[in-house]
Formats: sequence, C-alpha cells, structure tokens
Amino acid sequence: MSKPIERLYNGVIKENPTLVLMLGMCPTLAVTTSAINGVGMGLTTTVVLVMSNLLISMLRKVIPDKVRIPAFIVIIASFVTIVQLLLEAYIPSLYAALGIYIPLIVVNCIILGRAEAYASKNPVLPSIFDGLGMGLGFTLGLTLIGMIREILGAGAIFGFRFLPEGIDTLTIFILAPGAFFVLAVLTAVMNKVKQASGKASDPIQCSMEMCSGCMNTECRGRMEEIEKN
Amino acid sequence: MSDLYNVSSGPHVRDKYTTGKIMAIVLLALIPASAYGIYHFGINAAILIVVSIVTCVLTELVYEVIMKQKITVKDLSAAVTGLLLALNMPPAAAWWMPVIGGVFAIIFVKMLFGGIGQNFMNPALGGRCFLVICFAARMTDFNYDGITSATPLASIRAGEAVNLWDMITGNIAGTVGETSLIAIVLGACIMLALGIIDLKIPASYIISFTIFMGLFAGRGWDVSYLIAQLAGGGLMLGAFFMATDYATSPITPAGKVVYGILLGIMTGIFRCFSSSAEGVSFAIIFCNLLVPIIEKLTLPKCFGKGGEA
Repeated sequence: MSKPIERLYNGVIKENPTLVLMLGMCPTLAVTTSAINGVGMGLTTTVVLVMSNLLISMLRKVIPDKVRIPAFIVIIASFVTIVQLLLEAYIPSLYAALGIYIPLIVVNCIILGRAEAYASKNPVLPSIFDGLGMGLGFTLGLTLIGMIREILGAGAIFGFRFLPEGIDTLTIFILAPGAFFVLAVLTAVMNKVKQASGKASDPIQCSMEMCSGCMNTECRGRMEEIEKN
Repeated sequence: MSDLYNVSSGPHVRDKYTTGKIMAIVLLALIPASAYGIYHFGINAAILIVVSIVTCVLTELVYEVIMKQKITVKDLSAAVTGLLLALNMPPAAAWWMPVIGGVFAIIFVKMLFGGIGQNFMNPALGGRCFLVICFAARMTDFNYDGITSATPLASIRAGEAVNLWDMITGNIAGTVGETSLIAIVLGACIMLALGIIDLKIPASYIISFTIFMGLFAGRGWDVSYLIAQLAGGGLMLGAFFMATDYATSPITPAGKVVYGILLGIMTGIFRCFSSSAEGVSFAIIFCNLLVPIIEKLTLPKCFGKGGEA
C-alpha cells in the first residue's frame, strides 16, 4: 500500500478519530443533532486539519522544539479564523447552526494531536493525506451519528422528513443523552467489526520513533518496553 | 473426619430464598396495585401490563440467545421490570410505548451493564424516564373515561382542593399502578412480612420527604396537604417497590438511611421547585447513581479495627 492510501485508510478506518481514538468528543456530542450539521462540522475540521498539517509539516525543521505547541496553536488558530470568516460569508446557515463550535476547532485535540504525532515528524505529502484521512474519518463518524440521531429523533434524513406528520419520534435522540447512546452503540459495533476482522496489526511494526505522542491504541506502549530492553 | 471440620470457601450461610422466589413474591405483592389499576382504568391498563411484561421477558431472552449468555428469564426479574414499567405508564398510553420503554430498560439499562444485579439504575424507571423525555405529551396525558383530568399533584400545585379519601382509596387520575394507597401498602406489607424489603429505605424516604415538604413547600405543617403529597403521585409505589431494588440501593444499614433521606430531599426539590408536579422517578434514578459513593462512605468498620488503641 502506498503511503498516501495507507494514511487515508488509517484515518478513516483503523484509527478513526471518533469511533476508535475517541478524540474531539465535544463537537461530536454537541453538534450532531442532524446529519447536515455532522457533515458541516466534519468538513470544516477536515479543511483546518489538512491546511495545518501541510503548514506544520513544511515548518517542522524551523519550529524550535521547546515552543512547538504555541507555534502549532498559532497556525491552527489562523486557519480556523479563515474558515470561520469564510463560513460566515458564504454558508451563514451552517455558521449559525455550528455556533461556538467553529472557534472551538482550535482546541480540537484531533488537530493538535495530528500536528504533534504526525505532521511535525513527517514529510509534506504524507502529512496532507494524514490530515485528509483523519478529517474524513471524523466527518464519517459525525455524519453517521448525526444521521442516526436525525432518523430516530426527528424522522428525517438531511432535513427531509420521511415520516408522515402525527407519528411520534424518539425526541430523546436529538437531545444530549441521545448523542451518548448513539456514540456508545456505534463504538461497540466498530469494536465488534475490528475484533471480527481480527489479527490486529503487529504492534512491533510501529512507524513511530518513540511512544510518547504515538496515537496507535493497539500497541499500548509495548514498543517502549522493547526499546528499554 | 466429621463434616464440621471440613473448611470450604464461602458462601457458608444459605437462605431458602432464591432470586426467582424473591421476584415471585414482588410480583405477588404488586398484584393488588395492578388489579386496582385494571379495575379503575379498564382494559387499556390490562393491555399495557401484558404488553410490557411480555416485551421485557422476550427482550431479555432474545438478547441472551443472540449474545450466547446464560438464559436468566426464569428468575422473573424481567417480568418485575415489565410490570413496574406498566404501573408507571399513564392509563391512556398507546400499546407500543411500553414496547419501546421495555426494550430500552432491558437492553440499555440492564443487559449492557451485565444483566441482573449489575445494573446501576432501576431498569423500569430508566425505561419510564426514557419515555417521559421522548413522549412528554403522551406520558403526562392522564385522561381516562374520555375525561381529561389533572392528577391530584397538579391540582394541589394549582392551588385547588383535593379529596383526601379518594386519594387514599385510589379514585383519582394517575399512572396505572400508583393511584391506590391502600393497594400499594397492602403489597408492601406482604414484602415486609416476608423480609423481602427492609423498612429502612422507605421509612427514611417518607419521613425525610414529609419534613422537607413541611419546611420548604410554603404550606407549613398543613396535615391534609402533607397527606395529599404523600398519597399522590408515585411516591409510595417508588418508596416501597422501586427505591428498594436490591441492585440499585445501598447494602450497608447506614447507607440505606442516607439513601432514603437523599431520596426524600430530591423528590421534595423536584416537586417544589421543578416545572413538573411529579419527580419521584427522576429522584430515584438520580440517587441510584449516588449509591456507590454512599456505600463507600458508610462501610462498617472491620471487626477488630474500630475504636482507640
């Protein structure tokens, strides 16, 4: 598998940020009241993620190690501001729906996590695809959660109501508790699928140079023990 | 060597009660309340009870078959959950509402946390609260015989007078099983006499609730008001049948009293200061969440560890 494809697969399936890594839970739970909100939030984050990974990977030899976190945050915050202004100008409805969660993308741990764990150590092209894969994985997770919540809670998909008027829907699913139910069930399904496909990747074949900052949850620091011995 | 010297690992003391027997007694103790509910509200109450029990038992059976777990339907705990859920439904509810509530109660509240004894929240109340949030209008629609009537609690809240005798016999609006104080107390006496429940939880619940209402409800120590608050709504049903659920109440003697007092305070807060007139089910599931902390804080001292040196 070539590097870009591997990164895409890694982000969407193997280390899906929402359903496997459990990152970025705040927007995941808060904005997924409908499928369209999920798509909007996911794609907005994807754009920021790709751009910040690109710039951080380009600057990785320039940024001093001691101040790398503030430097990453400045880069991420700049892109978030750009995206926020663009959304406000061109898609005001989505901007209104996502509200405070757009500026909060700055502190979304997926973005800083990818900058720290991947983009700051790898060349530009794989970093772009890493951001794209993670972003699409996030979008997929959010859209799935949003879709299920919308179907159960409002009887609609992407705003189109398929149930006739007068039929009750399970309102709880568009309220906060519904987000937790759907996320938990989807995570359980994801784990089951991963378990069934089995033969988890060999943790020894780790691409990271060291364990700190590594996001591979399957290895659980075994590499570090091997390094020590 | 005599059997007396034979040392084995616990349990050493066995009781004649099995889970199945205890649950059967609880079902028996709920018969007066259910029978009165059917008599008072008519055929729809009976349909709700049957649908709810069948749903809960079937859900547990199907889940255990699919997950290849031990079949535990015979211990009747699912039937108790089903019956309690039905008794907590308004009599005019549609037949599919206990189906949704029962499936939620059994799968999400009970089985996913490990089945009987492992649930952190009373399944019947979990199911009921799920339904209340999903179908707020239907779950608070207490009409029967074609007449929309307010529950006594709502009437008191609106400042109207209520007939205390009707509240005690149960000739009032309310959920299927909560209306008749006499029928509930009769069932509670059966359970108390057979040692199934401990009086500590219901007693401390009812006493602390009465004191709270006397102090904070703004009506002072008006006896008829306090009796109406005690007899109205799901307080008695909750205190005797749902707060005492083994898996979701503390096991330590002091913890039971603390739990009962917290329940009384929470119910009082919900009834006095929330937007709805009733709050027993939310109070109970909220206090269910506090049970692990209560147990930890009220752990009795180990023998030989107490006192000053």
